[in-house]
Amino acid sequence: MNSDLIVFLVLSIVSIATALGMVFSRNAVYSALFLVLNFVTVAVFYLLLGAPFIAMSQVTVYAGAIMVLFLFVIMLLGAESITSTSDLPWQKPLAFTLALVLVVESIYLIVSRAQMDRVISAPDASINNVENLRNMALALYSQYLLPFEITSILLLVAMVGAIVLTKQEKAG
Amino acid sequence: MNTVPVDYYILLSAVLFTIGAMGVLIRRNPLIIFMSIELMLNAANLVFVAYASVFKSFSGQIFVFFVIAVAAAEVAVGLALIVQIFKSRKNINIDELNSLKG
Repeated sequence: MNSDLIVFLVLSIVSIATALGMVFSRNAVYSALFLVLNFVTVAVFYLLLGAPFIAMSQVTVYAGAIMVLFLFVIMLLGAESITSTSDLPWQKPLAFTLALVLVVESIYLIVSRAQMDRVISAPDASINNVENLRNMALALYSQYLLPFEITSILLLVAMVGAIVLTKQEKAG
Repeated sequence: MNTVPVDYYILLSAVLFTIGAMGVLIRRNPLIIFMSIELMLNAANLVFVAYASVFKSFSGQIFVFFVIAVAAAEVAVGLALIVQIFKSRKNINIDELNSLKG
C-alpha cells in the first residue's frame, strides 16, 4: 500500500458516499451541500493527478459559483422538499434496476480490459505548479485559441439569456 | 513508488456517473436533477484528467476547463428557466410539467 493509493481509496469512499447522499436526501439544501463536498473531493483527485489549475477551477467555479447559485435558487423558490405524488409507481424500482445493470456492466467492461501497467505516478517534483499553469496557458492561447474565444461568446450568450429569461415584464 | 492504476479512476468515475444517472431517473425535484447532471459531468471530467495524467498531455486538462465553462453557462440558463416556470405555475414538480405533451 502506498500513500497515494490510501488517499485515493479514502477519498473515493467519501465521494461515493456524498454522491449517494446527494441523490437520496429529502431536503434539497442538504443535497446541494453534499454535492459541494463531492466537488471538493474531486478537486483533491485532480491535485493527485497533477492538475492543480483544474483543481482550483473546480473549487472556485463548481463548488463556489455554481453551487452558490443552486443554493440561492433553492432558497428563493422554497423548493427544499417537494412532496412526490408520482403516477408511475414502477418507475423507481425500474430506475434502480437499470442503474444496477449499468454499473455492473461498466465495471465488468473496465475490469475485463484492465491495463494495470498504466499507472499514474505522483507528479514529478521538477514539474511544479507554476510549470503546469504555464503549459496550460500556452496550450490554451495557441493550440486552443478558437475554442477559448468561442467559450467567451457562449458565456456572454448564457448571461444575456439568463437576464432576459428572468426579466420582469413591465405592465402595459 | 506512489502509483495508482488508472483503472481505479475509471471505475470510480463509472460509479459516480451511474449514481448521477440514477438521480436523474428517480428524483422529482428539477433542481436535484440538475445537480445529478453536474455529477455526471464531473465523472466525465475525472476520466479526462486521469488520462491526461497517464499520457502526460495537456489536452485533457484543457477539455475539462471547457467543460467547466459550458457547465457554468448551462446552469445559469437552466436555473433561469426553472425560476421562470416556478413563477408562472407555482410548482416545479417534474411530473406535472407536461403542458408540452402533444
